[in-house]
Amino acid sequence: MVEALYGALESGLIYALMALGVYLTFRVLDFPDLTVDGSFVTGGAVSAIMIVNGSDPFLATVLGGVAGFLAGCITGLLHTKGNINPLLSGILMMTGLYSVNLRIMGQANIPLLNESTVFSVIGSWWTNVNADEILLKPFTALGIDHYAPDGFLVIISMLIIVILIKLLTDWMLQTEAGLALRATGDNIRMVRSLSANTNRYIVMGLGLSNGLVGLSGALIVQYNGFSDVNLGVGMIVVGLASVIIGEGLFGTKKIARTTLAVILGAIAYRIIIALALRVDFVDASDMKLITSVIVIGALVLPHWWKQTKENNRRKSKRKRLNENLGANEHASAKSD
Amino acid sequence: MLQLNQIEKVFYEGTPDERKALQGVDLTLNEGDFVTVIGSNGAGKSTLLNIIAGVLFPDFGAVSIDNREVTFIPEQKRSKFIGRVFQDPMAGTAPNMTIEENLGLALGRTKKRSVLRGVNARKREEFQELLSSIDIGLEDRLNTKVGLLSGGERQALSLLMATFTKPRILLLDEHTAALDPARQELITNITKELVRKHQLTTLMVTHQMDQAIELGNRLFMMDEGQIIFDANAEQKANLTVEDLINEFQNIRGKKFDNDRAVLSS
Repeated sequence: MVEALYGALESGLIYALMALGVYLTFRVLDFPDLTVDGSFVTGGAVSAIMIVNGSDPFLATVLGGVAGFLAGCITGLLHTKGNINPLLSGILMMTGLYSVNLRIMGQANIPLLNESTVFSVIGSWWTNVNADEILLKPFTALGIDHYAPDGFLVIISMLIIVILIKLLTDWMLQTEAGLALRATGDNIRMVRSLSANTNRYIVMGLGLSNGLVGLSGALIVQYNGFSDVNLGVGMIVVGLASVIIGEGLFGTKKIARTTLAVILGAIAYRIIIALALRVDFVDASDMKLITSVIVIGALVLPHWWKQTKENNRRKSKRKRLNENLGANEHASAKSD
Repeated sequence: MLQLNQIEKVFYEGTPDERKALQGVDLTLNEGDFVTVIGSNGAGKSTLLNIIAGVLFPDFGAVSIDNREVTFIPEQKRSKFIGRVFQDPMAGTAPNMTIEENLGLALGRTKKRSVLRGVNARKREEFQELLSSIDIGLEDRLNTKVGLLSGGERQALSLLMATFTKPRILLLDEHTAALDPARQELITNITKELVRKHQLTTLMVTHQMDQAIELGNRLFMMDEGQIIFDANAEQKANLTVEDLINEFQNIRGKKFDNDRAVLSS
């Protein structure tokens, strides 16, 4: 059980990068971008093929992000220059990327076992400095060492990467260009009247978003130990689930708060899935359905809840006023 | 400084819906001119503004600003030196961003937007001063999201955002029409004040004749895509609403037909 939760934390941190990307398009740009299903795999495919061909895993990971960035830019161009509806531009890219990803990989699945990945490279340094032992000490001191994870490697290294990228995103959204990017998703007509090229901001926003998605894909491939062409199916829904759960649980008051919420949402989503998998009759193949149900629930329930509350308030008020009225009539009938 | 030469614009040309929006419009605005534009619906007022702003390109004719031809320069480039306020108070501000972020965005109009902070301590101070100058209490609410402001407050902010970078031309498109009378007066006063302070060359479309007479130093009357009457400062000083209606009848030989025009107040 504890192990499963740590596993959820690890993969949650990696998927958090993808969720941040989805946040950039879905919330900041107000552009429902379905490219994600394809660009996630593109990032993974590029890094996997480079790694099996002996490239440096760090370079391979970064280029995975770059590949995602390019894919996002193309979606942006389809929408801005080609005048194609946002949803459709994403769907077209997602579909096209499926073949591109197969071409990149050359086969449907590339195993990365025994290859040198980002995690194995940091891992060998990690064991040299005995980092696990040091990090285990506080657990032992508190007598809770059997609640400690098997290793801290992925958690700590991903934590550093995710925090770094979160801070970069926060900073980027506060710059002059960042303000224009946010306003493009908020009131596009106004941005044009304030001398900003909205097309450029849409293309750049989609590029950055899918860059993060590709980076996440590159890391997940190395974490899982294989790249698969079907890895990205339903990824946009996972991203949306993370954004919506995170915003619902942790709030959206400021940008820094929202990006943190999205990261925590990605982790929360993985934990929910890990817990669901422990229920006896749930199979791993049910996960897509569960994900959809989570997103539907997160979208529908708050709305229902509000409406029910309003209905109840109105009902009880009507009842109270009717009773008052009845009592008054009664009283006046008596006095007659 | 602003010059329009023989501007023609036809919508849906060659179809049964064909509409001649502008027919050979010539106009010259001098530095510091504040022109009010009146005319019935469909007279071409909004098309005129859109052509000056670069939202629309004319079929024929040329637009130049400061002796530089800008006829086909797109809106997002031209708006570097053109400020604009729309009729809809929701149109000129970004609702999910704070007041200071909106002002920061407007400040970015004059130069290339960089990766420096959009709002820093120095800019914040400047924004506070700017907001104090219009005196409606926004200076204490820099971190309020603009979507929470009232229509009047949003329009005042739009006006400030359109003017404080001192654009070469200010275009106002019935910017008080969606407000109640008290707010209209407020926004009109702020407009007067800002235009005077920054000495802006202004073109203001309005449906209220009394407002058109009260504000500015020149007045255009438009009809069927032409400027049919151009009153200079001297003529305008003695104009009344009645004069305007008579003038229209003299020129056009028909009644001034506009159910939206407010003839008196």
